[in-house]
Amino acid sequence: MSASFTKSTARNIFYGGAVFFFLLFVALTLDTVQALPKRDNRANLTEQVARGKKLWEVNNCIGCHTLLGEGAYFAPELGNVYQRRGPEFIKAWIKAQPTGAPGRRQMPNFHLNDAELDDLVAFLKYSSEINTNNWPPNIEG
Amino acid sequence: MTSSAMATARSASVSAAANDPLTNVQLKYRSQAVAKPYFVAAIGLFVGQIVFGLIMGLQYVIGDFLFPAIPFNVARMVHTNLLIVWLLFGFMGAGYFLIPEESERELHSPKLALLTFWVFLVAGALTIVGYLAVPYATLAQMTGNDLLPTMGREFLEQPTITKIGIVLVALSFLFNLSMTVLKGRKTSISMVMMLGLWGLAIFFLFSFYNPDNLVLDKYFWWWVVHLWVEGVWELIMGAMLAFVLVKVTGIDREIIEKWLYVIIAMTLISGIIGTGHHYFWIGAPAYWQVWGSVFSALEPIPFFMMTLFAFNVVNKRRREHPNKAAVLWALGTGVMAFLGAGVWGFLHTLAPVNYLTHGTQITASHGHMAFYGAYAMVVMTMISYTMPLMRGREANSNAAQVVEMWSFWLMTVAMVFITLFLTAAGILQVWMQRMGDTPLSFMATQDKIAFFYWLRELSGVVFFIGLLLYIVSFFVRGNERASA
Repeated sequence: MSASFTKSTARNIFYGGAVFFFLLFVALTLDTVQALPKRDNRANLTEQVARGKKLWEVNNCIGCHTLLGEGAYFAPELGNVYQRRGPEFIKAWIKAQPTGAPGRRQMPNFHLNDAELDDLVAFLKYSSEINTNNWPPNIEG
Repeated sequence: MTSSAMATARSASVSAAANDPLTNVQLKYRSQAVAKPYFVAAIGLFVGQIVFGLIMGLQYVIGDFLFPAIPFNVARMVHTNLLIVWLLFGFMGAGYFLIPEESERELHSPKLALLTFWVFLVAGALTIVGYLAVPYATLAQMTGNDLLPTMGREFLEQPTITKIGIVLVALSFLFNLSMTVLKGRKTSISMVMMLGLWGLAIFFLFSFYNPDNLVLDKYFWWWVVHLWVEGVWELIMGAMLAFVLVKVTGIDREIIEKWLYVIIAMTLISGIIGTGHHYFWIGAPAYWQVWGSVFSALEPIPFFMMTLFAFNVVNKRRREHPNKAAVLWALGTGVMAFLGAGVWGFLHTLAPVNYLTHGTQITASHGHMAFYGAYAMVVMTMISYTMPLMRGREANSNAAQVVEMWSFWLMTVAMVFITLFLTAAGILQVWMQRMGDTPLSFMATQDKIAFFYWLRELSGVVFFIGLLLYIVSFFVRGNERASA
């Protein structure tokens, strides 16, 4: 690099750039947080949904599935599973695991009772109604 | 005495000296030796990470492999958490070695550093045992997740008490290093290293924020994950690379530090707003598609500069350092970080592309090469440079270096193939599952791309062989250079 471009110039660009863009990021975040009520389906964020989210977390569902495209890529996307399969199928499926089909990917049985299954389905329904800018591209997720 | 017997005797006295930090002439400051257990632990955990990677790779094609003993989600959690923990051990070891040397004084408290090591190792081991021994929901209950629920989110699966432990370990580490820096010489390399490490600790605090609102949860989850790997970790990486390059090339520090500032300036200028490439489809406003695409498209620039930087200073080197392996790792991390993080990141970062590739094997391919190229390799660069010094010699024997370089090539080429096979799988997955008039279901698609998962697994086996060879290289003897 040219000698007229000194280390202290480089350092100033670093500190100035970091501070400026972090502040810009914070400003965009504030704007996002204000815009979210119209997008994040919080009107339907009930106690039941919150219980469902807890079940989603303590059973580490994200360790195999994706939710809004984030997670592991071993098992289907569940952000739109409510539309793809419907509530009854989801509950029956979870209860029927593992399939034990030889050589097939296996989902553990998480021993959820009927109330818990309803909570989990409520969480998946709530998740499916978040405005995701039309993602995923189709029903298969 | 024959000359070979003399060489043996000399070599024996060298290794005896190496075991005693008091007489190790290679270390400028005795307390730098606390880095050694950190690096040993890092390599051990790295082996565990790859074993579980191989298990998962097999589960991709033989779905019921090791079920129900180790379900996929458990193997994945162990694989990714071990990665994070061994890299943290690597960064900490690097910090304990680098900061005293840059500050030109002994570490504030070597005893605290050793205590911290054992606390971190035991806490990490207990967490992994917990993942493997009991169902995750039981672990959550046992560790009081209800009091402050933070578990069950990707990469942040650790029980809340483990997370608190990580914060305490980080504070102890940062206290120790900060006291050392404050009392000593302040260099650009040590400042950048400290800024990166403090940033790491500060952004980890967002892992304790877990609102019921899924969009807010995801939005701030990325403040840990993205602002780590595409933000402050790059500062740590840059500082480590700069430190090693100063040592092995003999190039004027002013030049190297200027490069370092330019690189990390570009990192944060592109990477902070670049967080937006994760906000396209999780409920955040659509304007993130513009902000995220534009700024994350700039993220390859700092990685490309890292490659230029490494090759430039090595080409213009003013000395021939006997540790060729360390130079190879330093050059390799520049190239592989650019390919994995830069090129493979750019591949799917623009919103119209990401709409189709989001959450597919394309993401997995990028994740593998980026983590290996940027972070695994920079830690191995640091280990390669410092371990011989801590063992009382300027560089390992030629024989040992040859084995180490073989391990470099095996692991690196295997990772290129893992990435290519996952990319192929990802392209086909996108094509079959998301494009066209009659999209296949997720599982039907997975069956059709199984061939590529087999090829990935084979590449993984080669990677593992490379890793074993890497460990072997530490035990290869030969005529070691005791001094410059």
